[in-house]
Amino acid sequence: MFVLNGYEYFLGFLLICSLVPVLAFVTARLVRPHPEGVERRITYESGMEPIGGAWIQFNIRYYMFALVFVIFDVETVFLYPWAVAFNQLGLLAFVEALIFIAILVVGLVYAWRKGALEWS
Amino acid sequence: MNSGIDLQGSFIQLLVDLGLPVEVARVAWLPLPMLLVLVGATLGVLVTTWLERKISAAAQQRIGPEFAGPLGMLIPIADGLKLLVKEDIIPAKADSLLFTLGPAIVVIPVFLSFLIVPFGQNLLITDLGIGVFLWISLSSIAPIGLLMAGYASNNKYSLLGGLRAAAQSISYEIPLALSVVAIVMMSNSLSTIDIVQQQSGYGILGWNVWRQPIGFLIFWIAALAECERLPFDLPEAEEELVAGYQTEYAGIKFGLFYLGSYVNLVLSSLFVSVLYLGGWNFIIPIESLASWLSISESTPWLQVLTGSLGIIMTLLKAYLLVFLAILLRWTLPRVRIDQLLDLGWKFLLPVSLVNLLLTAALKLTFPFAFGG
Repeated sequence: MFVLNGYEYFLGFLLICSLVPVLAFVTARLVRPHPEGVERRITYESGMEPIGGAWIQFNIRYYMFALVFVIFDVETVFLYPWAVAFNQLGLLAFVEALIFIAILVVGLVYAWRKGALEWS
Repeated sequence: MNSGIDLQGSFIQLLVDLGLPVEVARVAWLPLPMLLVLVGATLGVLVTTWLERKISAAAQQRIGPEFAGPLGMLIPIADGLKLLVKEDIIPAKADSLLFTLGPAIVVIPVFLSFLIVPFGQNLLITDLGIGVFLWISLSSIAPIGLLMAGYASNNKYSLLGGLRAAAQSISYEIPLALSVVAIVMMSNSLSTIDIVQQQSGYGILGWNVWRQPIGFLIFWIAALAECERLPFDLPEAEEELVAGYQTEYAGIKFGLFYLGSYVNLVLSSLFVSVLYLGGWNFIIPIESLASWLSISESTPWLQVLTGSLGIIMTLLKAYLLVFLAILLRWTLPRVRIDQLLDLGWKFLLPVSLVNLLLTAALKLTFPFAFGG
């Protein structure tokens, strides 16, 4: 039934963990008060009437970090199998990983120089 | 190697002896360790919140909670009950589905990561081959929940807080994952059991922290940032953003965020103790002590002693780190968002790459000391 050994535990635990928020919501619904009122559902803006919504086009800075993140996250994922098998691979694998990391470091330096890692 | 106590085997054997088929006995065993770990994690959070209050009070020369139970120990339960009976406000302009899903998505992966935390030789839910990588991948799900919560609230503070939280946790995830790569390389395995076993045998001298001092510091800094602890608590910087992505949350949904962040702190501390501080190992190796006193390793009372000492050691190391995190909260000022991202990208990322290559080079030069 399970191709990957041990993952029935993962599925079981996923189910049990998913019950935590469900149980919390259900219990809270049973015991909490349900007051009515329009004012209490106004968006909080330090006691002022909110001006405009928050669903607007947002600053590009965050997306630059997200893009650089994707590159380095994939790099990290590639490095995991290399690290696990490193004791059988020897010097050649070390040089290869050195080249691989060097290419990505060039990318990091490029992003750095272009200002992708600057906040302002 | 002493395999320790096989609780699963004994439990299944007991049920089979009672006349149940083996398959039923296996299925009956399945939820037991999970529920135990879940309850343990929740208890751990209660203890941590109490410690946080008490240590914070001591750091500020206050007394802290003292009326609810002995030494105020029941205050976390009072907190939890209070959150449970508070009314639940969903802002009129918010997206109610995403607003409700947000805290759930934050809490589930954090609890799920306990699947691979070992408290002893056989004392973990399951020894997946993917091991510590499961934690790395699960920890990247939580930012989605934070972003969801921040965006669904339709509140400017929440949006800024959610985006900050996402930017922060993706920035510190890479140094964190890269310092774990160095550990994985020394143990030649992703399994948390193998990682701890590779550190055993020499007592305190065999722990990874001596071979990976840079990795240890990177991991600890990145883990604090992932948990949004001070000095990295920008997403909920109360002076600037009210409460960040939690601004619109009330009642049990806020409670789930609170629970999630504390479980995450306990979990990160447990992982530091597993990856760097020898997990369940005692300061002196028990096996050599036993053979020096000429006691057989398979003596039942010795096995029980080793098992319970393992749990105590793991928790002791983890709570020492929790203590450190709480002290750091009252020692360091909060960094700015540009300083935070600079530290992550321009300092920790290059240093963790260098640390990884250094580990690889040292492993080639001294195969014995770095896990052959």
